[in-house]
Amino acid sequence: MARSIRKGPFVHDSLLKRVAALNSKNEKKVVKTWSRASTIVPDFVGHTFAVHNGNKFIPVYVTENMVGHKLGEFSPTRLFRGHSGNNKTDKKAAPGGAPGAKGGK
Amino acid sequence: MARIAGVDLPREKRVEIGLTYIYGIGRVTAREILEKTGVSPALRIKDLTDADVNKLRQVIERDHRVEGALRTEVAMNIKRLMDIGSYRGIRHRRGLPVRGQRTHTNARTKKGPRRAIAGKKKVTK
Repeated sequence: MARSIRKGPFVHDSLLKRVAALNSKNEKKVVKTWSRASTIVPDFVGHTFAVHNGNKFIPVYVTENMVGHKLGEFSPTRLFRGHSGNNKTDKKAAPGGAPGAKGGK
Repeated sequence: MARIAGVDLPREKRVEIGLTYIYGIGRVTAREILEKTGVSPALRIKDLTDADVNKLRQVIERDHRVEGALRTEVAMNIKRLMDIGSYRGIRHRRGLPVRGQRTHTNARTKKGPRRAIAGKKKVTK
């Protein structure tokens, strides 16, 4: 079910504060966060977040198109290395840290 | 021949149903359109007057996104998800279910026909 509009989008308070501080100083620093559930608000555009995926932090550069999505959507939590004997997917999926972030078509 | 939004409507069907042959119009939208135009839903398509067809055409063009325009919109939405690299976009790219369904079994609609796995023994009795 969709979230009530009355409440507004959920963003972790500390995250908002960090970004507001960066914006007021006109700085661009990577913001490390575990808050995958936070919605991306327009203030975030242009910043890079290091979003935890349960294992490590995946850098996510926020663009305008991402507004309204959650940070966690860009930091995949599962790594699919392909099935045994399937060499094609093995080579494609294995390199690169982000599980399944790129590759495929 | 009633031709609306580039689609030929089936002659023998009731308008209510015939309109649903247009991509983007289902039963609910069809009824809405008929209410707006004042055309009786019980009429058969072949019994529609030219004026009726024109009225339908106008309302559909004015208030509804159908056929090609709708298809491009849907494709653009999916493309956007893929371009921003979101989880849903990745699932679309891989041809897997997007909304969290299980893929251990099932999900055949999205995955297509089963592909044979090399070296897997077939169970035979």
